Amino acid sequence: MAAFSPSQVTLNASKPAEGAGAPLIQTDGVNLHYGSSHALKNISVTLGERHVTAFIGPSGCGKSTFLRCFNRMNDLIDSVRITGSIKIGGQDIYSPDVDVIELRKRIGMVFQRSNPFPKSIYDNITYGLKLHGMKAKSDLDATVEQSLRGAALWDEVKDRLHTSALGLSGGQQQRLCIARAIAIKPEILLMDEPASALDPIATAKIEELILELKKDFTIVIVTHNMQQAARISDHTAFFYLGELIEFGTTAKIFTNPAKRQTEDYVTGRFG
Amino acid sequence: MNPATASSNKLDFRSRGFDFVSFAFTSLTGLATLLILAILAIILANVVWHGWGTFSWRFVTGSADQDMFDVNKAGILPMVIGTALRVLVMTLFVVPIGVITAVYLTEYAQSTAVTTRIIRGAVNNLAGVPSIVFGLFGLGFFISFIGGAMDAGRAEPHWGKPAILWASLTLAVMTLPLVIVATEESLRAITPGLREASLALGATKLETILKIVLPEALPGILTGGILAVGRAGGEVAPILFTGAAYYMRDLPKAATDQFMDLGYHVFILSTQSPDIEKTRPILFATVLALLLLTLSLNLIAVVVRARVRKRMRAGH
Amino acid sequence: MTNVPHNAKRTVGWMGIHRGHKARPVEWLAEKFIYLISLTAILMVFLIFVFVAREAMPLVMGKMNSAAARPVIAAKEMDKLKPDELRDYLGLTAKEFQQLDKEALTALMEVREEEAKEAPKDKDATVNTTEWKYLLGAHHWSDSRPEDRYVWQPIGRIHKYNLWPLIIGSLKTTIVALLFSVPLALAAAIYVSQLSSPSLKEWLKPAIELLSGVPSVVLGFFGLIVMATFLQGTFGYQSRLNAFVAGIALGLAVIPVVFSIAEDALTSVPRSYTQAALALGASKWQAAWQIVLPAAAPGVFAAVVLGFGRAIGETMVVLMASGNASIMSLSLFDSTRSITATIAAELAEAVFGGHHYRMLFLIGAMLFIVTFLTNLAGDLIMHRLKGRLEGRAK
Repeated sequence: MAAFSPSQVTLNASKPAEGAGAPLIQTDGVNLHYGSSHALKNISVTLGERHVTAFIGPSGCGKSTFLRCFNRMNDLIDSVRITGSIKIGGQDIYSPDVDVIELRKRIGMVFQRSNPFPKSIYDNITYGLKLHGMKAKSDLDATVEQSLRGAALWDEVKDRLHTSALGLSGGQQQRLCIARAIAIKPEILLMDEPASALDPIATAKIEELILELKKDFTIVIVTHNMQQAARISDHTAFFYLGELIEFGTTAKIFTNPAKRQTEDYVTGRFG
Repeated sequence: MNPATASSNKLDFRSRGFDFVSFAFTSLTGLATLLILAILAIILANVVWHGWGTFSWRFVTGSADQDMFDVNKAGILPMVIGTALRVLVMTLFVVPIGVITAVYLTEYAQSTAVTTRIIRGAVNNLAGVPSIVFGLFGLGFFISFIGGAMDAGRAEPHWGKPAILWASLTLAVMTLPLVIVATEESLRAITPGLREASLALGATKLETILKIVLPEALPGILTGGILAVGRAGGEVAPILFTGAAYYMRDLPKAATDQFMDLGYHVFILSTQSPDIEKTRPILFATVLALLLLTLSLNLIAVVVRARVRKRMRAGH
Repeated sequence: MTNVPHNAKRTVGWMGIHRGHKARPVEWLAEKFIYLISLTAILMVFLIFVFVAREAMPLVMGKMNSAAARPVIAAKEMDKLKPDELRDYLGLTAKEFQQLDKEALTALMEVREEEAKEAPKDKDATVNTTEWKYLLGAHHWSDSRPEDRYVWQPIGRIHKYNLWPLIIGSLKTTIVALLFSVPLALAAAIYVSQLSSPSLKEWLKPAIELLSGVPSVVLGFFGLIVMATFLQGTFGYQSRLNAFVAGIALGLAVIPVVFSIAEDALTSVPRSYTQAALALGASKWQAAWQIVLPAAAPGVFAAVVLGFGRAIGETMVVLMASGNASIMSLSLFDSTRSITATIAAELAEAVFGGHHYRMLFLIGAMLFIVTFLTNLAGDLIMHRLKGRLEGRAK
């Protein structure tokens, strides 16, 4: 990372995306406490529809925690308290009458470590579909193929759909997890360092895939790889010690950051 | 000190010779380990050596209605069936309750909550209650209290007397901690990532538990069940007053019948025989049958558990 | 062009997420159901105590009278008694009392009168042996040697229920068992957790734990049939079955308990402790003895405490290998009788609801309380160890 400098960044040529900015996710003054530690401090940001937004920052800066607020995965931890508002499509997702299950059906998530179920490839994808009431075999088959094609995995696994997903390579497993997430047709796709455990070739495939998926989904991705953020995202948010330091178009963050801390981080002088 | 000597001392990596304390410590603790294993081996070898001659197909499948102290006529089929039945009925009660409790403790309970700590304390405590106290409990609670209440208005006690049902229930209470602990261990061995993946797809907690968590935990649940069966199969004290019979002509036909039991039979043969020298072969063969039953179950449980633990280490 | 399906039916807008948490009654019910079931363990511990203590209650409250000769009221004076007094006199429950008519009651009173005529007339006969001073204190019985003695002898003319012979008997076998098993089990735990190679450990641990799969009736059998003769031949004492034999056999039941808990405690000490010691030039045994063992000390102590609980509560081994004579003796080589063996051997002969029956439940309840406290102590110690190793509490 030390040799990294803004001039080497190849920026995503297609941005800013046209028609950008129909706001989809709006947060206002979000604070999050884990027990006694204050993990997120007063974060307000607006993310656009059909955009790729990257969250960057050093480890422990709160970027993953913030991502997990959007589908309320933080609810699973006993000692978490959240204040402020997070609105998706204008709806406050922390309002008491929101059904978390419905929310999560509309927001897909891909985790840092690929976590396929110990079932067959086919069953991994149909798991979510069956939860949502899809029963007909023909529908299931069609959706499995579409999602696997969507995740650029179809050609590699089409002959062994009914073998265990655990037999796939790391990169394939992660693409299977993406296929599983997009099979239920969410509007938003959250990705928590989806390529951090993969080798460069597998990473390149995932990045290529993200650029494809952008046409259909609003994507929020957490990464600590700045080149990756620069290559795939439209907007970038830089977090440090639980605070949102700077948010803007990726081009601006990487070439002309407003804050000193951001510049130090993206140029690798950090720390 | 002379600097030259100091530096040469520093660089001297040669062994300082035989380290006696180290040797003594290692060999003493090693010997203790060996001694324990030797005792186990002696017990097993002794039982096999003396019991093998009598342990035949006729012995295992023979009935006990001739003379249970006669080498040529005695059989243990009624005891084997009695033990198998009481263990089976016990499993039907203990496994569901044990698994559900473990699910609560790992999937629902807040680890710091007072209730959780009390449940854990109760589970640990239950594991340490003496087996004879379970026997008293079975008699006082299941037979006189529950059975007595079910007999209300009956002249002859039908429920309120020792029976295979009450013995099994008493054993179920006794083995509950085994099932809970084994299931909990295997539930904890499942990476949180699997649960998150399911929840993030919009599965409810119950769906996640039923479709992802429990199928994954199956080996651990099996271990718990097998351990419980192995433990209960050889227990005698809790069934002394709750259902075991010294002798019965017929096999148990209803839940309210008493039964003959393999472990209890070992006790009878050891202590009640008119001529211990003559019954010795039957005694050893019966012990052999009991050991084959409990140890093979334990062995299976150990193997399954070792696999679960290995996977847990690989997963984290 | 992307391959993601467009034919999908997508709900427009985010209103769909509003259903409220009451929208899933099954989920709610399931959680409550699981919670309720999980309380079974608590309920059972509670019920065990209540129902064992319940049977012993009349004894504790001084409601039982075991005297062979009791004051008699003549049958013709029955009408002078109030119903409650009559019921107490005849020792009936309220339900039984209601079911009996006057004729039957008179008959019972006559039986009592007859009994009284045949009852012994000596001074012991009027003693209610279930009073606490007879349970715990020495007494001079007229039918035995002329000194104050502690006697448990529930069968016979006078029912003697002194608890000390049983308590001493239980303690003797338990102490022998602990003296035999604790050093062995701890040494093995140190060896397996600290000194053996990992591949050897994979075999040793389950092999030793297999000992816990040997039923206690088999250990009792082994003590009675094989070990008793062997040990008598070796040490040459009088009584073939005694506290020593029972204690050694009992030790075999205690070894896996102490080993498992101690081994777990030692293994739970972070590897970094050992590595730090080794890096400073300590040898493997020094690291184990000076660093790991002190760090795991509470867990090792808990192992011994829980081993004690297991030993004092074990029934079949002691019942079969101790000889079962309730002699008040401190010698390890006398035949001895423990609390557990007494319950196992005598309950079948005790009259349901009688003083002997209740006495056995009383010692059972005492046993339960002792093991309850032992387990609680072991639990708290282990909890502290965990806290200490995770750096929470001091």
